[in-house]
Amino acid sequence: MLDPKQKISRRHILKVGAAGFLGVLGSTLVNPVSAFTKSSQSEPSHDMHDKLKNMRQHSMTHGYDPGTDSSEGLESAVKALTQFDYGKASMRADGRTVRDYDMIAADWELEIAKGIRFPGWAFNGTIPGPTLRCTEGDIVRVTFRNGSAHPHSIHFHGIHPTDMDGLEPVAPGETFIYEFEAKPAGMQVYHCHVQPFTRHIHKGLYGNFIIDPKIPRKPAKEFSMVMNGFDLDLDGENEIYTVNGFAFAYMSRPIKVKAGELIRVYISNMTEFDLLNSFHLHANFFNYYATGADPQARPYFTDTIMQCQGERGIVEMVFPAPGRYMFHAHQSEFTELGWMGFFVAE
Amino acid sequence: MNPKPNKRMVWLWGIAPLLLLAVVILLISNVGTGVKDQQAAPIEVLNIERIVLQDDGFQVTVLNSGPKEVEIAQVVVDDAFWNAEFDPGPTLQRFELATIYIPYPWVEGDPHEIRLITTNGLLFSGEVAAAMKTPEADANRFLQYALIGFYVGVIPVGLGLLWFPFMRRYTTKGIQTILAFTVGLLFFLAVDTIQEGLELGAEAPGVFQGTGLVWFGAILSFLFLMAMDQSGKRTSGSLAEIGGKRVSYKIAGGIGLHNFGEGLAIGAAFAAGEASLGTFLIIGFTLHNVTEGVGIAAPLLKDRPTWKTFLSLACVAGAPAILGTWTGGFVFNDTLAALFFGIGAGAIVQVIFVISKMIVRDARRFELPAVSWLNLGGVTLGIVLMYATALLVNF
Repeated sequence: MLDPKQKISRRHILKVGAAGFLGVLGSTLVNPVSAFTKSSQSEPSHDMHDKLKNMRQHSMTHGYDPGTDSSEGLESAVKALTQFDYGKASMRADGRTVRDYDMIAADWELEIAKGIRFPGWAFNGTIPGPTLRCTEGDIVRVTFRNGSAHPHSIHFHGIHPTDMDGLEPVAPGETFIYEFEAKPAGMQVYHCHVQPFTRHIHKGLYGNFIIDPKIPRKPAKEFSMVMNGFDLDLDGENEIYTVNGFAFAYMSRPIKVKAGELIRVYISNMTEFDLLNSFHLHANFFNYYATGADPQARPYFTDTIMQCQGERGIVEMVFPAPGRYMFHAHQSEFTELGWMGFFVAE
Repeated sequence: MNPKPNKRMVWLWGIAPLLLLAVVILLISNVGTGVKDQQAAPIEVLNIERIVLQDDGFQVTVLNSGPKEVEIAQVVVDDAFWNAEFDPGPTLQRFELATIYIPYPWVEGDPHEIRLITTNGLLFSGEVAAAMKTPEADANRFLQYALIGFYVGVIPVGLGLLWFPFMRRYTTKGIQTILAFTVGLLFFLAVDTIQEGLELGAEAPGVFQGTGLVWFGAILSFLFLMAMDQSGKRTSGSLAEIGGKRVSYKIAGGIGLHNFGEGLAIGAAFAAGEASLGTFLIIGFTLHNVTEGVGIAAPLLKDRPTWKTFLSLACVAGAPAILGTWTGGFVFNDTLAALFFGIGAGAIVQVIFVISKMIVRDARRFELPAVSWLNLGGVTLGIVLMYATALLVNF
């Protein structure tokens, strides 16, 4: 009866409205439908034709299905989710733990969406770079080699001596060792800090840097996420948005978790050009600790948070029941340009 | 001297440069040019030739006019990744055409943007200014377009020809003025046709040199018609000598090509969903083309043509508008259109050349000035009239 292709006349609506118990139905259903009829002026004789066409095209639906085919970029994004680089740990004479990390900046062509390659600048061959992880008070020692044709640096967020701040460019072919005590505990980031900033960052020189507190956080299943964007035509606007560098990665490979288990997501926003990015979880709420450095901080209980460029935090949630929980940026544009995924709770 | 080895020598001289050329090309392709610069960015060119809107989405025709094969990795519609099917496939060889089916709930009257992202991350986009279902090429549409072409082409030209008995009453001076008026009309049409052709040529894929095609088409059609004239009759003299009918047919032919272009514009307007523009164009072109009939009839003023001649003249000049409307409505192609416009312009210029010569000869014979005030008035009136009626169809 309510065929959207059929033009609904005013009289028709009145008839529906007049029919006692249909009245309610009429007001809720007919209105959206009559809005639809505006957009189609097919004659009734075309209806069968349209239906046949729809059946033929049934396999292909509106929207976007990234498929589940494995590809280099997809596997890299899946790995980035749970791969934490603790460095090479050793004990110093004074009893402190020293963690040695190797970082190299170079030009890499990376797959950032199914079939699309992006000529980027990357730390250790991935965008985002490796997630570096240590405990508060550890001595972090990063041997940074610049294998690119441009000067680069690593600027860590945190509290450290200013000569270890990554403001000095490291020339191509040169090596620099960043050494500092890791503090404060919390969710940090690192990125190249050589001008022009937008170019050096948007091409891919950034990553997550997690400093665990001395008293460990509650045990949880942990994930690392970097929200970013890619500007393909270099017009200062992103064409593709991703988490961990591959569009729709967690649509193709939903993140598997257990219902009832504590989940912790270290999430940062390294998107260039767009001022904000956001994280929204469907059918559930989470606790959000901005930066996560203040042990006394009261979390923010919500289902949507936003982060400015360079902002980051810790998301903690428990999935109450098995199911498919969507998550995405709440900027619809980012969502449909790649920043969308699923948690599957079992 | 022995003629045989001599002949062989001649052949050798003919072939030697070709052989050497082959050697040089082989050398360059194997050894390189010596310049070792790497290409900064991949060169890929995709031309979105046509976007058809169907009930269930878009159908996009795309041409690879770049130097290498191109693979389309993703389709983005209005800033959203979207499912798409490729026929024959997402990889296009050089000069290969592909059709992309995109199921999409487009909204009537809204603008839509379709972006293709290649594997190298290059973007190519096509726009739908205001979405409307593309008319399907069924028998009904065909007839409707034919009727439109008939209104725009055959009818106004025929009406213009009906002035013939009225024009006949004029003296030599009057006929000269009418011919001058025809020159004015044709001059306007030549300029207009070249302009339109250049505009379309600029839209055509770069590899086909669309704007170049306009000039090539023009010069070749001009020379072709000149050659025809000069091989047929050696004397090009007064109207009576070379036959007014012949000149009239040539004018009709040139104007026919011009009207083909007008049909293209109307058909393309309908295809692009600009129905109101289409109606407006029909009225405009109909008025515009009445004057063309006068121009075609002018060279016949000293002949005794039958009604059959007029009918076939109206068809030669007017019927191409029908073809144009079909082409514009169903299979528009910027490159070919640019070439047609060039050919049309060349034909028109050649006719101007012939008529001007006629005016000069006749003027000399009757000891009148060729560029009399009356004749100048005729030319001016022709241009002004065309200009004024063109205001109806230009934006």
